[in-house]
Amino acid sequence: MPVYKEQGIVLRAVKLGEADKIVTILTQGSGKVRAVAKGIRRTRSRFGARLEPFTHVSLLLYRGRSLDTVTQAEIVSPFTTVRADLGLIAAGETMVEAADKVAEEHERNVQLFLLLLGGLRSLEARPADPAAVAECYLAKLLSLSGFHPSLGACAVCGAAGPHASFSAGQGGSVCDACRGPEAGRVAPEAVAWLGGLARARLAEAGAMTPPFPVRREARAMLYGFVEYHLERRMRSFALLARQPESAPRPQPAAAL
Amino acid sequence: MFEGPIQDLIDELSRLPGIGPKSAQRLAFHLVKVPADEARRLAGAIVAAKEKVRFCRECFAVSEGDLCRVCRDPGRDPSVICVVEESKDQAAVEKAGVVKGRYHVLGGAISPLEGIGPDDLRVQELLDRVARDGVAEVILATNPNLEGNATAMYVAGLLKPLRVRVTRLASGLPVGGDLEYADEVTLGQALEGRREM
Repeated sequence: MPVYKEQGIVLRAVKLGEADKIVTILTQGSGKVRAVAKGIRRTRSRFGARLEPFTHVSLLLYRGRSLDTVTQAEIVSPFTTVRADLGLIAAGETMVEAADKVAEEHERNVQLFLLLLGGLRSLEARPADPAAVAECYLAKLLSLSGFHPSLGACAVCGAAGPHASFSAGQGGSVCDACRGPEAGRVAPEAVAWLGGLARARLAEAGAMTPPFPVRREARAMLYGFVEYHLERRMRSFALLARQPESAPRPQPAAAL
Repeated sequence: MFEGPIQDLIDELSRLPGIGPKSAQRLAFHLVKVPADEARRLAGAIVAAKEKVRFCRECFAVSEGDLCRVCRDPGRDPSVICVVEESKDQAAVEKAGVVKGRYHVLGGAISPLEGIGPDDLRVQELLDRVARDGVAEVILATNPNLEGNATAMYVAGLLKPLRVRVTRLASGLPVGGDLEYADEVTLGQALEGRREM
C-alpha cells in the first residue's frame, strides 16, 4: 500500500533543494518517518505552517524507497503558545531533539509519541519553569528507553541511599565503596530533587523550582546522564541551560 | 579516472554544493568544449567575486566595497534598521521597495538543533549600531518559521531596554492565495493582525 495515513508530531525540518524540505515526524503508528514536503518553502505553498516543528498533524503520506512524500497535512494541534516564547521553544526543542535521537525509523513506539505529546501539552499550559518540564520529560524518556537513573540506592550494589556520588557510566547514585574514578561528588539535595522530578507528572514539573545551586547541580547530572546514555551530544542543551535565569523573556504578543 | 587537468577540474567542481561526481564530469567536459574566451570569462568572474566581494562593515550584507550600496546611500533613513537573516533576504526585502532605512544581516537564525546559538549571530553588532546611531525603529524581518521567530524574540528582548521601537513583519495570507487552503496558524495570525478599513 503506497499511500498511508498517520498522525504525528513534527520534530524538525531541513531544507532540501530549491523550495522543498525534509521533515522528520514522530508518528503514532509508524515510528519516526522522514518525508519530503514539496514546495513548502514557497510563500504560496499549500502546506503553510502545517509542517513547522512542534505541530501535531494528521498526514497522508506516499511511501517511497528511502524517503516518503507528504501529500496532505491537517493540523490537529498547532501548539501556538509554545512557539511564541523563547523559554518554551528551548524546552520544546530539547524534547523533540531527544525524541528524534531515541526513535527508530518505521518502528512503532506509541509510548514515546504519547510522552512527547504530553510534554508539548504541558508546555502549552505556560508552566512557570518550562526548562523543568523538559528535564522531567528527559527523565521519563530515559526510563522509557531503559536507562532509568538510580537516584536513591547505589546503582551497583543496591545499598540504600542517599549517596554522595553520582556516575553516568555506572547508572546513577553510587556508594563510596562502589564509586568509579569518573564518579563526581554531588549534594544529596540535588539527587533528591532529581528523584522528585523523575517521579513528578509533566504538568506539575514546571511548578517545582528549587534553590538555584541545587537546580544547577541536578541539571549537570541529568544532562551528563542523558548524553552518556543516548550516546549523542544534545545541541539544544546550550539554549535550555540559559533558561530561565539569564535569557530575556519578551512578551509573546510583541514578538509575534 | 582521467588524467591531468581534466581530472583536477572534475575534482574541484565536485566540491561545489549539490554537484556530484557525474555532474562534475558533465560540467568539466562542457567547459573543455566551449571557446577559450568563454572559459576565461567564467574563471575571471570567479576570481573577481572572490577578491572583490566583501561584507559591509556596517550591516554585513555582501558588498563590493567597504560599505554596501544601501549603507553608502545618504538618502536612506539611518533611524530605521531592518534585520534579516541572510544577504539574500535583504535583496528580497529591498525588491519590495518599502524599507527606506538600512539593513542588518544577522548571518543566520537561532537553531538549537543545528547547534546555532545567539552567540553565532551578529547580535552584539546590531545592539552597538542601535545604541550608537540613535535608531528609532528596528524591523525584525527574520523568516516566519520556528527558528526565525525564536531569533526575533531573542533580539527583541535585548532591544527593549534600549528604548527603541521594535516591530515584526506581519504574518498572514499570501496575495493571490485562497482562503480555503489557509492553515489555522496562518489564518489565526492574519486575523490577529487585521486592519481597520
